Amino acid sequence: MEIVLALAIGTLVASGVWLVLRPRTFQVIVGLCLLSYGVNLFIFSMGRLRVAAPPILPKGETIDPSLYTDPIPQALVLTAIVISFATTALFLVVLLAAQGFTGTDHIDGKERDQ
Amino acid sequence: MTETPQHLIIAPILIPLLAGALMLFYEDRDRQTKFIISLGACAAMLVVAIELLLRSKGEGPSGGNQIGLYLLGDWPTPFGINLVLDRLAALMLVIASMLSLPALVYAYAGWQARGQHFHSLFMFQMMGVNGAFLTGDLFNLFVFFEIMLAASYGLLLHGSGPDRVRSGMHYIVINLVASLFFLIGVSLIYGITGTLNMAELARQMPYMEAEDRPLVHAAMAILGLVFLVKAGIWPLGMWLPAAYQSASAPAAAIFAILTKVGVYVILRLGFLAAGPAGGPSSGFGAEVLVAGGIATMIYGSFGILGSPAIGRMAGYAVLVSSGSVLGAVGLVLQGGGVTMLSGALYYMTASTLGLSALFLLVELVNRGQGSAAAMLALSADLYGAPEDAPEEEQKGIAVPATMTVLGLCFAALAVLLAGLPPFAGFLGKVIILSGLLQGGQGGTTASWIFMAILIVSGLATLIALMRLGVQTFWSSGEEEGPKVLAIELAPIVALLLAVVVLTWQARPVMRYMEATASALHRPDVYINGVISAERTSDREQEAAE
Repeated sequence: MEIVLALAIGTLVASGVWLVLRPRTFQVIVGLCLLSYGVNLFIFSMGRLRVAAPPILPKGETIDPSLYTDPIPQALVLTAIVISFATTALFLVVLLAAQGFTGTDHIDGKERDQ
Repeated sequence: MTETPQHLIIAPILIPLLAGALMLFYEDRDRQTKFIISLGACAAMLVVAIELLLRSKGEGPSGGNQIGLYLLGDWPTPFGINLVLDRLAALMLVIASMLSLPALVYAYAGWQARGQHFHSLFMFQMMGVNGAFLTGDLFNLFVFFEIMLAASYGLLLHGSGPDRVRSGMHYIVINLVASLFFLIGVSLIYGITGTLNMAELARQMPYMEAEDRPLVHAAMAILGLVFLVKAGIWPLGMWLPAAYQSASAPAAAIFAILTKVGVYVILRLGFLAAGPAGGPSSGFGAEVLVAGGIATMIYGSFGILGSPAIGRMAGYAVLVSSGSVLGAVGLVLQGGGVTMLSGALYYMTASTLGLSALFLLVELVNRGQGSAAAMLALSADLYGAPEDAPEEEQKGIAVPATMTVLGLCFAALAVLLAGLPPFAGFLGKVIILSGLLQGGQGGTTASWIFMAILIVSGLATLIALMRLGVQTFWSSGEEEGPKVLAIELAPIVALLLAVVVLTWQARPVMRYMEATASALHRPDVYINGVISAERTSDREQEAAE
């Protein structure tokens, strides 16, 4: 399972980096989304990979912590998803505004040969 | 001994949060009310910050280096989230609130009407900045960073226009990518050490397994990259001059603190996790800071010399300032000594205040030259405020002999930023240099290069600003000069006065800086203060018994 997850993160990040370096705003925003998926999976994997282990402890019982998975990375992922979602939405608005001002979707607001 | 938890520590976060949220309920046209609310909030922040600064000076068992700790939700450390107040955090809080008040008053003269929700964004920005200074936990640092950045995106775009949108887009992309790096670094640290608490991380650093250390170093390097992007180090600071130049004047004035947030985190994490005190990680990354700081100063100096316009010059001056501080911090992390660090802190305070004033002045100087006026007209068109604009021009008293007053302010700022006597910039540089000569790092090649570049960059700043000043203020005097309101000039004068006070009261200020610097050199005070903190409920139990 580790190799599958590692390959998935690698593919997402590699595609994301390539897209972020492209000159069109739409490619950049898709690249940012892919990068943030890759990073979210990475955070998740930092709590170690466990199958069929719940993150939430039952109340008032003595428990064996080894039966549970680490809840903190899951909380971190949740926060990271919300924040990157919000900032990406904001970026989308700026992207549309830039297109409205310049009439092109080039990230510098003008084509290279102009 | 029982004492109530120091609720005042959380006030610098709560005040702007509540004020910003409250203002969302008012209609955007009701700017008078919003301004009064913001002004009250900023004044309250300043009072609280000064009170916290006085408290963190307190006489404690550890030689006046106690830290204030606030456990949110009363969870025990290191599991709960905490706010930590020490001398450095208190100093940064005071600088931030000293910048916010003039920027806000300046915005009242017109900028607040050229876009929506200026005041709320401004308050949320302050909340993020203050939170980043106070938090003692890496993930909350990320959250406050994002709050600060999200608000700064809005503030940068305030007033709209093609230039702002274009540089805003670059700014947003760079910061979004940097945030992703931040997450990678934070989760890597959590994956290895199992903690996000800065004090707990610092406690674990010396005892780490040898095979874990490279991974933690990688995580620290990734985190450092993020903060260096914020601080604008070469070659990660290419975006900064364009973004700061196109931001509206009050937004740029408050952005002067954003680069210092990056510097603050590097100081904090650097001295906690890789301080010069010892341990196998001691001095990690310091060479990068020195080299990067020197390169940033060189790049900034060339940028200042090559800039055609004063706005761009101010952007490069930000780079020179943060390059000087970063280089000095790098040398101190290698063992440069307390004096040098206190000089760097003093220089940082003075140059931040000066840069903020310069950004405000830039707009007034440009007003007479047409280009900015065209941009203002454009943004007024977009927001349908042409009928507002003439009316707002009328209010307040216009300053007589505009060009003379502006010229005087400009000359004072040029002298301050170039680091010439009699102002605080000079004192800061002299203390850095004398600390360098006395301290453990004097005599190395890197320190000589740093010293030379620090002086030469001051010369470059002076040449460029004077050349521009001569062109602008000594040009043939047939023109009347731009119309400047007293309320626009007052913030600049206030910031300059703050710098003068800083220079005049240099002895007590330097004593505080020295205590801050020596506290940074003794991270065990911070670590023990956080780790051994008692919960309020424990204290109450003890009192009951």
